[in-house]
Amino acid sequence: MSAREDVLSRIRRALADVGDTEAPADVPVPRHYSPGGTPPAGSQEAVKLLAERLADYGAAVQRVTAETVATAVARAIAVRGGDCVVVPRGFPREWQAGLAPERVLSDAPRLSVHELDRADGVVTTAAAAIAGTGTLVLDGGPGQGRRALTLVPDYHLCVVRAEQVVASVPEALARLDPLRPLTFVSGPSATSDIELDRVEGVHGPRTLEVLLIG
Amino acid sequence: MSDAAFLGMPSFPKAARNALADTQLRRNLAHATGTIRQKRADVVGELDDWEELREAGRAIKERTLRHLDHYLLQLEERVTAAGGQVHWARDGEEACRIVTDLIRATGEREVVKVKSMATQEIGLNEALADAGIAAYETDLAELIVQLGEDHPSHILVPAIHRNRAEIREIFLRAMAEYGAAAPADLGDDPRQLAEAARQHLREKFLRAKVGISGANFLVADTGTAVVVESEGNGRMCLTLPETLISVVGIEKTVPTWQDLEVFLQLLPRSSTGERMNPYTSTWTGTAADDGPRAFHLVLLDGGRTDTLADPIGRQALNCIRCSACLNVCPVYERVGGHAYGSVYPGPIGAILGPQLRGTSSEVDRSLPFASTLCGACYDVCPVKINIPEVLVHLRARVVDESRERRMPTPERLAMTAARWVLSEPSRLGTAQRAASAGGRLLSRRGRIGRLPGPLSAWTDARDAPVPAEESFRTWWRRTRDERT
Repeated sequence: MSAREDVLSRIRRALADVGDTEAPADVPVPRHYSPGGTPPAGSQEAVKLLAERLADYGAAVQRVTAETVATAVARAIAVRGGDCVVVPRGFPREWQAGLAPERVLSDAPRLSVHELDRADGVVTTAAAAIAGTGTLVLDGGPGQGRRALTLVPDYHLCVVRAEQVVASVPEALARLDPLRPLTFVSGPSATSDIELDRVEGVHGPRTLEVLLIG
Repeated sequence: MSDAAFLGMPSFPKAARNALADTQLRRNLAHATGTIRQKRADVVGELDDWEELREAGRAIKERTLRHLDHYLLQLEERVTAAGGQVHWARDGEEACRIVTDLIRATGEREVVKVKSMATQEIGLNEALADAGIAAYETDLAELIVQLGEDHPSHILVPAIHRNRAEIREIFLRAMAEYGAAAPADLGDDPRQLAEAARQHLREKFLRAKVGISGANFLVADTGTAVVVESEGNGRMCLTLPETLISVVGIEKTVPTWQDLEVFLQLLPRSSTGERMNPYTSTWTGTAADDGPRAFHLVLLDGGRTDTLADPIGRQALNCIRCSACLNVCPVYERVGGHAYGSVYPGPIGAILGPQLRGTSSEVDRSLPFASTLCGACYDVCPVKINIPEVLVHLRARVVDESRERRMPTPERLAMTAARWVLSEPSRLGTAQRAASAGGRLLSRRGRIGRLPGPLSAWTDARDAPVPAEESFRTWWRRTRDERT
């Protein structure tokens, strides 16, 4: 018997107390927990809560407008210093208007991990943000690039639009496509491994900066 | 090391006595568990619907376990459709063999690893070393344990028994042997220690061709795997290599993508006491132009079907490895994780270990008794595992098994003696008079610290009360005589 058949038959033997007629849906799952929605998605309150919760976990947060976002991107990159920043395909042209073209690194053709390691930072959009937990979600869509781009460089600047902000985890998961590789980011990389004390900055970007439009 | 019990570990009472004598260990543990208990309580208190989330988490796990075959087949189909390959392993040895063969097929001699309880349980690092493959742990605490040639002592923070000064010593001594050395002027500030780990592992991440992980959850209806982490070492291992091999216990399955909305709220708040951990990665098979080109999922039984067969003990498989039960346990806080003699310490380890491995070893027979049954573990468990209930159930099982084997345990001898005494009033009277006289002789300030002979087994770990000067029966006879 193959290991697969063996494990499956062991499971069926172990579940002798479960009646043959019982279907998975017959086991009740009460979902009386909050579905979210407070504050409403995209509202000023949601954006404000997101800003607070992101800052709580050590991200630098700025509220900007559609008019000031390009300047804010350019200023954040300039303050950060260094020579080159990765800008993934699909990042809006108008948002990178303030960046000197010779400082922009494109991932087409694909950058090697060592090239990424030498880059000073990366600027991306996001797929969604969760206010209650201070979380950004990346799904590799336009302006976000593949996962390594927001991982290897030591600085990540992320631009989020108000309509992308939801209050809760359930609302965010409902908006996301599980078939895409997803990364949920809540603050810069951190560890609690030394005396269970939280320290920011291990392998992922040690600086996370977020621009919230609206 | 195989099947999770550390080789040659003494039973819990013996190991606990050594641990209790280590004052540095007790200080480290009290500090760390105290910190995390407060953080957890704060973030759990922020949610009005915490109890509803716990109940949903418990119910989802119950539904999954009662129909595990159905969900595993669905999972296999979805992972395969998304470009992944699914392998099945009856036990740890088979899982190690599958992983070793997969790595050999790539031609690589080294792998980077994300912290994973399943691979620790099956002794994968040791099996790979035997096959000439170097496995580098990349989680900070796992790195501390690996460099210190130590055993893990906590599910979430395997190096919880080490303080910053000890970690600095380990880094200075051992890092150079495995790669980039620690800077000579390394201090013991956690920031500096984290920076040293970053420098040490950077080159390994960038050159890695094979990554090994576990998974916190596997979603049956989408074929999605989930890894919850903090440092970014997980993302490195899941994203940069060309081949990703994930070894996951079959009980990690959840039915639907929607179910993650419950667990992604329960887990971070219960484990690190954060609203959300810094990084959560989800992936479904392989993706074009992003991440590994090959994904292998190794589904591990390793005693889980034995556990499933016990309708009371089964709930231990609800566990999402948050370690909240360790952090609140008064026994764990004092003796630490090593005393439990296996990769799963603390209250959950005391019910999981003896079920996954069976109760053939001394350490596994002692684990169900490594608790005061105070119930704090049940109160904090995010998936409502009734740990005290399972502990009592397993105690009965251990006692029944020893009776079947006709093993003369001290408890059985004591009970046989008690039956003889209690079956005859005159014997009881004699015994009570003897106990009263003897007890007064032995007592100091109303307590007995040490009983003589075989009775000393009882007082090894606790004081005995001094018997009353007069038994109830004597008092009754005397006062009634006075009245009449």
